[in-house]
Amino acid sequence: MKRKFLPYAYLSPTLALLAALTIVPIVTVFLYSLVDNVIINQNPPVFVGLDNYAEVLTNRKFRGALSNTFYFAIVSVIAHFIIGLSFALLLNTRLIGNKTKALFRVIYILPWVFTASIIAILWRLLLNPHGVINFVLFELGITQEKLEWLSDRDLALNAVTFINIWAGYPFYMVSFLAGLQGIPDDLYEAGRVDGGNSWQLFRFITLPQLKPIIISLALLDFIWTIHQFTLIWMTTGGGPMRSTEVLSTYTYKAAFSSHEYSIASTLAMIILAICTFVGVFYVRNQRMADE
Amino acid sequence: MKRYLLAVLMILLLVAAGAASAEDVTLEFQQWWEPELPEGSFRAILDEFEAANPGIKVETISGPYLTTKDQIIASAATGTMADVVGLDGAWVNVLWKQGALASLSQAMMDADYDDSELAAQIRLAGQTYMIPIANFIYPVFVNLDMLAEAGIEPPTTRAEFAAAAIALTDPDNNVYGWAQPLSLEQPNGIQNDTMSWLWASGGSMLDEMGQPHLAGNEALSDTLEFLKSLHDAGVVAPGSFSMKENEKVEEFVNERVAMIVNTLAHFTLIRERNPDLNFDITALPAAEGYDGPRGLPYASWGIGISSNTEHQAEAWKLIDFLTSVEGNSKLTSIANAFPGNVNATPDFITTDPLFETAFEIFQEGYLANEFTGLPAAEELMRQMAEPFQFYLEGDIEVDELLELAQAEWEDIFE
Repeated sequence: MKRKFLPYAYLSPTLALLAALTIVPIVTVFLYSLVDNVIINQNPPVFVGLDNYAEVLTNRKFRGALSNTFYFAIVSVIAHFIIGLSFALLLNTRLIGNKTKALFRVIYILPWVFTASIIAILWRLLLNPHGVINFVLFELGITQEKLEWLSDRDLALNAVTFINIWAGYPFYMVSFLAGLQGIPDDLYEAGRVDGGNSWQLFRFITLPQLKPIIISLALLDFIWTIHQFTLIWMTTGGGPMRSTEVLSTYTYKAAFSSHEYSIASTLAMIILAICTFVGVFYVRNQRMADE
Repeated sequence: MKRYLLAVLMILLLVAAGAASAEDVTLEFQQWWEPELPEGSFRAILDEFEAANPGIKVETISGPYLTTKDQIIASAATGTMADVVGLDGAWVNVLWKQGALASLSQAMMDADYDDSELAAQIRLAGQTYMIPIANFIYPVFVNLDMLAEAGIEPPTTRAEFAAAAIALTDPDNNVYGWAQPLSLEQPNGIQNDTMSWLWASGGSMLDEMGQPHLAGNEALSDTLEFLKSLHDAGVVAPGSFSMKENEKVEEFVNERVAMIVNTLAHFTLIRERNPDLNFDITALPAAEGYDGPRGLPYASWGIGISSNTEHQAEAWKLIDFLTSVEGNSKLTSIANAFPGNVNATPDFITTDPLFETAFEIFQEGYLANEFTGLPAAEELMRQMAEPFQFYLEGDIEVDELLELAQAEWEDIFE
C-alpha cells in the first residue's frame, strides 16, 4: 500500500504547483465565463450558462479582432520562417570567415534582445510621420507624402505585423542554425555525388532534415503570436478604427477598461481553446518525433 | 533578588512598548502623487501631519499613475485596499460599485466638518466618495514666437482658432497649427482635446438626469464638425489616430505644433525640455456668440477612504489636513495645481506670471469634466474615439457617429 502511494508522494509538489498555478486559475476563469458579472459586482453572480459565449461570438467587433489576430499570426509565422531560415543559411555558409559570422550573428540577434515595450517605443519613433523611415523613403523618392504608418487604417495592421516579424525572426534563426549544424555533411556529399544542384540539396536534404524543427517552431510561434499584447497595445492600442484590434487587446479592454470580467473571461477561454487546438498538433508532432 | 528585579523590569518595558505600539495607528496611503512631486516634498507635508496628530503615522505606497490605478482596482476586488487612496475621477464609479469606498459624507458628519470650503465633491447616490484636493486645468498653450511671426493674437473664438491654425501651418517644414491625440490606448484625447471644446462653450454631453446626451445634441455636433474642419484643412499634426498625450506635448516643445490643449501640470516639463520656448496660455476658444463662463477641463488628484479600513477616524483626519487651508496651500504649491480648498492660496500664483494668467482663467471659468464619476469613464472615451475616427475619415456623418456612441454609452450606463 505504502509502495503504491509513494510515486504520488514524490509527484505531489509538482502536482500542487500545477494545480495552484494552472488548473485553479483556468477553472476560476471558466466559472467566471458562465455568470453574468463578477469581481466588481456586489450582488451574487447569476449563472447564465453559455450566454456570454453567444454574446461574444455574435459580436461584430469580436469577429474583426479574430480575423486581425489570424492575419497577424499567420503572416508573422510565415515571415519569421522565411527570414529566420534565410539568415540561418547565410550564417551557416562556409563562404565567410568565422569572425564575420560572429559579428553578423550578434547583429541579427539584436531584435530578440529587446523587450516588447522597448521595441514598441523604438518603432513608434521610427514610424512617426516625422520619423526616420518617412525621411528615408522621402529622400529616396519612394513616397511624396508623410505616411501615417500607425494611424492609417490601411497601413496599421501591416505595420504592427512587420514590427512583430522584426522582433521575432531571431528565435527562428538561432533554432534553424542549430538544426543546420546538426545535418551530417555525408548527406550533402552523397547528394552531390548523385548530381544534385544547390536547390535540390536544399529541397531534398536541408528542408526534410529541418522538418521537425520547422513544425515545432511554427506551432509554438503561432501560439505566442496569438498572445501578443504589449507590442500592439503600446503601438496602436487596437486602432485606428479597430484595424489592429486583436483578441488580446480586445480582452484587455473588456477586463480593465469596461470592467466586464465575465466577458473578458469568456474571451480568455476562447483564446485558450484556439491555443489548445494548436497545442494538440504540437504535442502530436513531438510524440511522432520521439517515436 | 537582582534577577527578579531585572525580570520585572523587562516585563514592564515590554508592556509599556506594547501599550505604545497599540496606541499608534499606521495609515497606508496609496497614491501616484509622490513620484510626481519634488523629492521629499510630499513626505515633508505628511511629517507635518504626523507632528500635529501624535499617534498617527502615514506610510505611503507610491507608484506611477497607471500602476496605482491597476493596483487600487485589484486591491478593491480582494478587499485589501489601502486605508486612504489617491483617486482619479474616472475610477470612482467602478470602486463605488465594488463597495470599496467609504462614504465621506458620513465621515464629515461624524467629525462635524464644515464642507463649505471644498471647491468640489464627487458624489454618487447622494453621498460623497471623492474630494478633489489638487486640480490641473487644461487651457490652450500657444507658441508666442510662431504667433508673432504670423502676425496673429492668441485666439479667443473657434473661428479665430481655425484662422490661426491655418496661418501657422507649414507642412513643408513639418509645422502644424494644432495637435489632437486620439490614441485608443490612452483615449483621454476625447476628454481633453475634444469634449473640452464643448464644455468651453457651455455645452454638455449629459442630460439633466446625468444620462448620455450625444444623439441629437446640436452643440456637440457643431463642436465635432468644427474639429473635423480643422482635420480637413490639414492643420492638425499627422499621426493623430495613434498619438498620445505625451507625444502631443513633445510636438509643442519641439515647435512642430503651435497650439495645444494641455494641462498646467506640464508647465515645468515644457520649461525643462525647451527653456527657450516662448509660450503663453489662453482660455479654450468658445463658439461664436457664446459669452457665458467657460467650462475648464481639468484633472484632479482626488482622495478617498477605503470602506475596509479599521481607522476611518484617523483616515478622515488626514483628509481634513490635506484639505485644510494650510495643508492644501502647501500641497498645491509644490504640485503647481489649483486648490481643492477655495480659501487656499498656492504660492506660485504670485511668483509666476503664467500661473497668474492661469489663475485668472480658473476664476473666470468653472471646472468642467463630465467624465468624472461616470461608469467606465475610460471606456466611454474609447467608445467615442472609435466612431469619431470613422467620422474624421469621412466614412460616416456626424449624426451617425453620435448615434453609434450614444448606443455604446447607454450599454455602459446600464
